[in-house]
Amino acid sequence: MTTTRKSDTIFSKAFDEFLSEIAELASFAARFFREGIKPPYEFKEVLNQCYEIGIKSFILVSITAFILGLVLVMQSRPTMVEFGAGSFLPAMSSISIVREIGPLVTALICAGKIGSGISAELGSMKVTEQIDAMEVSGTNPFKYLVATRILATTLMIPVLTVYADCISLIGAFTGSNIKDDVNLTFYINRVFEALHYTDIAPAFIKTFFFGFIIGLVGCTKGYNSKKGTEGVGKAANVSVVVAMVGVIIIDMVVTQITSMLGYL
Amino acid sequence: MATELNSAADQKVTGKEPVIEIGHLKKAFGDNVVLSDFNLKIYEGENVVVMGKSGIGKTILIKCIIGLVKPDGGLLKVFGKDISKLNHQELDDMRTRIGFVFQSSALYDSMTVRQNLEFPLRRHRRKKITGTLDELVREALHNVGLENTIDLMPSELSGGMRKRIGIARSLILKPELVLYDEPTTGLDPITSEEITRLIMDLQQKYKTTAIIITHDTVMAREAANRIVFLWKGIAYKEGTYDELIHDQDSEIKHFFTR
Repeated sequence: MTTTRKSDTIFSKAFDEFLSEIAELASFAARFFREGIKPPYEFKEVLNQCYEIGIKSFILVSITAFILGLVLVMQSRPTMVEFGAGSFLPAMSSISIVREIGPLVTALICAGKIGSGISAELGSMKVTEQIDAMEVSGTNPFKYLVATRILATTLMIPVLTVYADCISLIGAFTGSNIKDDVNLTFYINRVFEALHYTDIAPAFIKTFFFGFIIGLVGCTKGYNSKKGTEGVGKAANVSVVVAMVGVIIIDMVVTQITSMLGYL
Repeated sequence: MATELNSAADQKVTGKEPVIEIGHLKKAFGDNVVLSDFNLKIYEGENVVVMGKSGIGKTILIKCIIGLVKPDGGLLKVFGKDISKLNHQELDDMRTRIGFVFQSSALYDSMTVRQNLEFPLRRHRRKKITGTLDELVREALHNVGLENTIDLMPSELSGGMRKRIGIARSLILKPELVLYDEPTTGLDPITSEEITRLIMDLQQKYKTTAIIITHDTVMAREAANRIVFLWKGIAYKEGTYDELIHDQDSEIKHFFTR
């Protein structure tokens, strides 16, 4: 009986924490739509953040995407060849990469790299009173620091995903050529024959939501971090976990909606 | 007690409008009452030092003055305007007349010294200041004796240099009122003395009014026209350095002779 009560308490505490997490994110998102999209706009800072968040992630995304494409083909090839479907490798890899692997892996990498970076940066700015200094310098820190970062992640994750898809397909082509001799033109033709609008559109649209949730979580955790360096570290850590879970939940919802609309 | 003290101060400086007028100011964080009934008037050209134990609410007081913290009640007028009635734009305009030196210096880590100093100039677009950005930045750095740090990052500066750059940034808009939050905390005695002298020199040069939060009795002796001792959320005692150092009240005695 004691065990039941104890587990009830743990469950109830975890559920409370989950709800307060949702409430914190929802209130921050509401503030973003209320304050962040009103003029004056911080175009220069948005561009700066797009560079910091997007361009500086290209190398990491390139390496990961290339290896994923390569490994996907190398792992799938033996089974597909066994069933006499070796010629379907380009089609299978392109659909897998464009629909799921490209967007999801890019978002998860960015949740780790960008989400924690934003959270740690804003958290340390808060601890060292830089956010207060910004406010007394005639700047709305929410607009300047938060809105610009959320906007930048929302715009740059789709760009990074398209890029990751292309690099991953190159990786897949390289993987195909390790054991077989595949012509590039043939490979490209088979890739584009297999891909349909209904594969590309939902996958591309969901990346905007991935970008939004990564920026939102990183900024919320950093901006609301408790004082002290321990709080900054904790905020960065929690932001990665919450952003990754958020990305996976959004992925599941989009897949469900796509399926209900008959695109799967 | 606080009201009587302010009446005394009023008598000393009659015929002038106070730059800051604080009446019955209240601020609490949950059950922790920081300011319970704080009263103070500060007049143009005065250097008022606020002293008191750590965590007693000195920083909260100056953060209320600049609008970073919202008081729970009471009157708070700066330059004759009630802070609580100002909209966002009016508050921004008022802040161009106030310099704030943060305890941690609060320099932007991702910007060079030049960008740190340019930031308030670029953001407070409505404030009219003569001179180009470069001239103003160089003048500010010259004032604090750190012209050669213009392209350095804050991480490349020592604690004393960061304090000086923080002071330069707070004075770059030529404010009429400067709020210093523990400007010598964490510095060695020699650097503290240099910072105190620097503050006094800049005070003379720009004819500003100042509130200085400090625990440093040497700084208080050098810089204060008036010292306010904050205790239990009120302006517990007020007077010159000599008056307070000879005060027989146990709290004051304990603080000054520790």
